Amino acid sequence: MTLLADRPEVFEEAPEPEHEHGPSGFLKWITSTDHKVIGKSYTITAIVFFLLGGLMAMAIRAQLANPDSTLLSQHTYNEMFTMHGSLMIYLFVGPVAFGGLANYIVPLQIGAPDMAFPRLNAFSYWLYLGGGSLMMLGFLTTGSAADFGWVAYAPLSNSINTPGAGPDLWIVALILTGFSAIFTGVNLVSTIYYLRAPGMTMFRMPIFTWNMLVTGILILIAFPVFTSALVLLWCDRHLGAHIFTVSGGGVPVLWQDLFWFFGHPEVYILALPFFGIVTDVISVFSRKPIFGYRGMVFATMSIAALSTSVWAHHMFTTGVVLLPFFSLMSYLIAVPTGIKFFNWIGTMWRGSVKFDTPMLFAIGFLVTFLLGGVTGILLASPPIDFATHDTYFVVAHFHSVVMALLMGAFAGFFFWYPKITGRMLREGLGKWTFWLMLIGANVTFLPQYLLGLQGMPRRVAEYAATGDLVLLNRISSVGSVFLFLSIFIFLINVIVSWWQPIPAGDNPWDASTLEWATTSPPPHHNFLKIPPIRSERPVWDYNHPEHRVLDHGKPRFALGAANGGDAALLDDLEVAGPDTFESQDPDR
Amino acid sequence: MKNESYVLLFVGFFFGLVAVIYWLTSYDDAGSVMLVGTFLLGSVPGFYYLWWARRMHPRAADDPDATVEDGAGVVGSFPGSSVWPFVLGLGATFVGMALVFGAWTLALGLFLAVAALVGVIYESRRGGLV
Repeated sequence: MTLLADRPEVFEEAPEPEHEHGPSGFLKWITSTDHKVIGKSYTITAIVFFLLGGLMAMAIRAQLANPDSTLLSQHTYNEMFTMHGSLMIYLFVGPVAFGGLANYIVPLQIGAPDMAFPRLNAFSYWLYLGGGSLMMLGFLTTGSAADFGWVAYAPLSNSINTPGAGPDLWIVALILTGFSAIFTGVNLVSTIYYLRAPGMTMFRMPIFTWNMLVTGILILIAFPVFTSALVLLWCDRHLGAHIFTVSGGGVPVLWQDLFWFFGHPEVYILALPFFGIVTDVISVFSRKPIFGYRGMVFATMSIAALSTSVWAHHMFTTGVVLLPFFSLMSYLIAVPTGIKFFNWIGTMWRGSVKFDTPMLFAIGFLVTFLLGGVTGILLASPPIDFATHDTYFVVAHFHSVVMALLMGAFAGFFFWYPKITGRMLREGLGKWTFWLMLIGANVTFLPQYLLGLQGMPRRVAEYAATGDLVLLNRISSVGSVFLFLSIFIFLINVIVSWWQPIPAGDNPWDASTLEWATTSPPPHHNFLKIPPIRSERPVWDYNHPEHRVLDHGKPRFALGAANGGDAALLDDLEVAGPDTFESQDPDR
Repeated sequence: MKNESYVLLFVGFFFGLVAVIYWLTSYDDAGSVMLVGTFLLGSVPGFYYLWWARRMHPRAADDPDATVEDGAGVVGSFPGSSVWPFVLGLGATFVGMALVFGAWTLALGLFLAVAALVGVIYESRRGGLV
């Protein structure tokens, strides 16, 4: 059945809810093209992969808690770290952001009834689930799951060094999820370009939506390269194409070039959505507009652009890349990221900050991401990278980054859970989750910097009991238990909210963007009524007419002066129509 | 529509510049080709959008003073529930399995994929099955 979505009515005159006359239960999961159902499916599937990947991480830490440990065989250990990395990077952090939260939230934030291509959206989810299942299927094959690391470097990944069905399943799985990501990217960009509500200009979109637009473009830049490189790798393994093998005249380093041309933008495909979540969360819980809105947008675009021109800083030690170019470009990323940090702090500055769980996670993100970011600047320096490459220093660096992103994800979960389910999560349990995660992340990964500096290489199952290696590894393993508990408490929190719901209402956080104007959970095609959009905070303007802001934080007195010194209340605007509310921007 | 095109043109401009600098400093084939590809990815749709932006009336979504009524009417046509994306995804997964385990799942995968494509096309013409 084709449904024609009409524009919603003006805010005051809400019509009766239009119920979806579709199937329910299992059949709904299979057949729905509603972005909200697909977004929830994506999120839940991604969290299942996250839990599996987390258990593998616990196995890795259990193995490394003792020197010369024989808990896992060398081979099993290789499987564990490969599948841990692959599940987390390819199947959790990315899909939970652009497939899960963005899929659900972006159409709501711009006042759209659905994603631009609903069936493509559903197809993209099924490709993701199919690909993820194929990757896990590797554990059931007679050989093993993939065990060449999540980067699958040639020539280790050829059919002689890693034969068997597991690695092949890994390659095919990532081809499928690669297409899934590309389709989601197309969908995001088209939705944001074509389905915005009237008055929702580009520079009124919430920062999360902006970041998802940039992420969508970045997906379109990066994923096709990776997907085609995987096809080439498959041809190497099965058809003897010799693209990445020296023996047939191929170039193994070419794999690294292709992989990292995807891999480094991928880091920002993972990071930018969470930057967006944190920006919105900090603004809401500081009860202030975003400081430097346009600066944030341009910083996001600069980060995305620079991130695609630094791929070879992962390849400094190959000796065949241009060190000064990639080093300089990598340093440059620190500038827009610094602008973002400045603006985040500027948003909190002199705001009335409320330390609810999403805000705590956002602040935890800032602290942890700073550690990961600063060590990233160290690694951008070739002399330091030559000394620390493939040691635990690098492992600690990117785990600081991804733990920060995980905190960004949890900020998003806690922030939007009321909107998605109509129920609140418990604040007390949420704070336990936060503190255990913050302590766990730092106790686990700070010792790994020291391990790296003492020369412990990554991807080794056993190590000798020299220096402080045993002590530092044990501290790290203890930290991982904190992380385990933190996730466990989060799951309890979800179960409690399901059994004993606390109704959330439409706007429990007194938030400012458009998704909070509709009901929780939103009705079919999202909006029954929509407030006038006159700034990037339409819901705030509607709920707090005495404190409304003009575009990008222009204060209220500018509005008052324009209307003869009298503050224009929204009621007047409603009567006279929003056109009485002149834009103060002379450029318009 | 102009701001949308500027976002894409920024991609084209930046990577055009970087591609030239990178080629002149490194003479590296692989990286330069990928950078030129990225330049095209930004500039081709970017100029197309700009070309259209100059010819079309501004949409309500581009107008900072637009009211909700300005966007009244049909937004677009959105398909209702459909089982075919699932069938197509299942078909693609079986085709993927055929790349690993040999051809025996290929027939099943292709059958499902073709059935799903036919289903999607007919569904668009005469309304959904589910």
